Amino acid sequence: MTPNPNMRETYGLALLELGKANRDVVALEADLGKSTRSVLFQEAFPDRYFQMGIAEQNMAATAAGLALVGKIPFIHSFAVFAAGRAFDQLRNAISIPRLKVRICGSSCGLSDFGDGKTHQSVEDAAIMRSLPGMTVLSPMDSIETARMMEQLIDWPGPVYIRINRNNLPFLYPADEPYHIGKITQLRDGADVALLAAGVMVSRSLEAAGLLAEQGISARVFNLSTIKPLDREALIGAVAGARAIVVSEEHNIVGGLGGAVLEALRAVPHAPVELIGIGDCFGMSAAGYDEILVRFGLTASAIAGAAMELLRKN
Amino acid sequence: MMADTATIQKLERLALQLRFDLLEMMGVGKAGHLGGSSSLAEITACLYFHTMRYDPANPKDPDRDRFLLSKGHCVLIQYAALVELGVIPREELKKVKTLDCCLQGHPDMDRTPGIEAVTGSLGMGLSIALGMVLGLRLDGRSNRVYVIMGDGELSEGQIWEAAMAAAAYKADNITGIIDFNRIQATGPTREILDIPDVARKWEAFGWEVLKIDGHDIGQILEALEKAKKITGRPAVIIAETVKGKGFSFAENTAAFHNGILTEELYRRGLTDLQALHTALDARYAKEKCS
Repeated sequence: MTPNPNMRETYGLALLELGKANRDVVALEADLGKSTRSVLFQEAFPDRYFQMGIAEQNMAATAAGLALVGKIPFIHSFAVFAAGRAFDQLRNAISIPRLKVRICGSSCGLSDFGDGKTHQSVEDAAIMRSLPGMTVLSPMDSIETARMMEQLIDWPGPVYIRINRNNLPFLYPADEPYHIGKITQLRDGADVALLAAGVMVSRSLEAAGLLAEQGISARVFNLSTIKPLDREALIGAVAGARAIVVSEEHNIVGGLGGAVLEALRAVPHAPVELIGIGDCFGMSAAGYDEILVRFGLTASAIAGAAMELLRKN
Repeated sequence: MMADTATIQKLERLALQLRFDLLEMMGVGKAGHLGGSSSLAEITACLYFHTMRYDPANPKDPDRDRFLLSKGHCVLIQYAALVELGVIPREELKKVKTLDCCLQGHPDMDRTPGIEAVTGSLGMGLSIALGMVLGLRLDGRSNRVYVIMGDGELSEGQIWEAAMAAAAYKADNITGIIDFNRIQATGPTREILDIPDVARKWEAFGWEVLKIDGHDIGQILEALEKAKKITGRPAVIIAETVKGKGFSFAENTAAFHNGILTEELYRRGLTDLQALHTALDARYAKEKCS
């Protein structure tokens, strides 16, 4: 299958493939199917698609019931509603009994640039990461999204997957094996470790280029599994680096940056800076790049943070 | 179809035994949801010991009907039934809500055999029931799911989301039961937040509504049978009940929504139940003669 650069479309196509491969896969939607692309599943499997209307809480707990009778439900909404509106249902009905419900948080981060702060999720990864047993995924491109989806039939317990609304560059190495929890190295370098998830992986790679122009060599890692974070692999990834910058399209409170700092506790490591949304809500913008620049989610911000850490330490 | 006298007598005795089990779980000095558990004794007895397809030797049987307590705080009554069925060992009753015990304060699928879902955060049971019914339907199964809600719980908006969806999906394998005891955690439901016209609300949401006395075994069995036969839409049974039923000090009061029994109250509870037992014996003897 030729990859589609749009992560939502890729998600929808991958869900369709899962539906073909396993008849227990079902999908639930809260009237955003044309956007989340669950509509592709609906067209192929109308009997296994449940339109729940604009009622996310009922959708989440209905998915719990489906999982309790052996189905593998995928539920869909924008990330801000998937994680926020139905939190209690995700916690009690799904997470406590470790049900195999897959929660698609679509239009994550600032990627729904036009709709503004009510529709932009700055906190979903933090919310989901706080739930015991919840797997939290944030793919960096469509290739990785498709590879992740292949794992969601068998992977135990509930899974939250952040899906970007926009076209993202292809970064996942063609023949690289994938498993949930994998930390993928995309560039090698001695001085600085740049860690990122989602759209910020591409920005970190650009930052490594900017740093090279300054004579600083940076390694870049994709941490698309925010939870469970492979602590040993992470400690190995940052070993020897003199500065660490973690970047995410998310509040700097409680997301990937927090996860990395938690994982590095009790081991000696280089100073860490976090690039993310500075504990504020989003806003409407005319384009995706424009809003990422406004919120400081740029290659130059990452490179600048790395240089500042090297200068001070 | 009217249930026969022997069946009714058996279930009345079982309901009383469930109340004895409740008292054993409550013990002395431990907080427990006695009131809303006791109001469900007859309904629980009818479901587990008569109406539901349920094999206690095989509590994971895929053909079983499901008992979901949306008002999960009253799980003591489900524990009592599962003990009487032999699914849970009787010696667990005394250990309820102690560290590492199998009988947790709210329904816990990890620790307790026979528990079908995690409920207790109110308002979720009907949605879970809907998911079960939709999934079972895909597999061509006809299991029924019984979901018990509180009347105070009807304040939760999710119940009405689920009510709409269950009607839209013609989920006629769901039977909803409302334990209409009119008292919630801190007082009478009418005073906390009045929910008028409950029956008309369900009807307007596309449900068949049946109203019964929730302590009358004959009426309960009849309504459960009627609900089974309704096709094309789900049915809800509004069961008028008495909170704390059977315990003279706990009837119609919020004090034992989640209350603690003193030594004296525990003994009164035992006396109350023993008196009910004697009264049942006397009534059955009379019915036999007449």
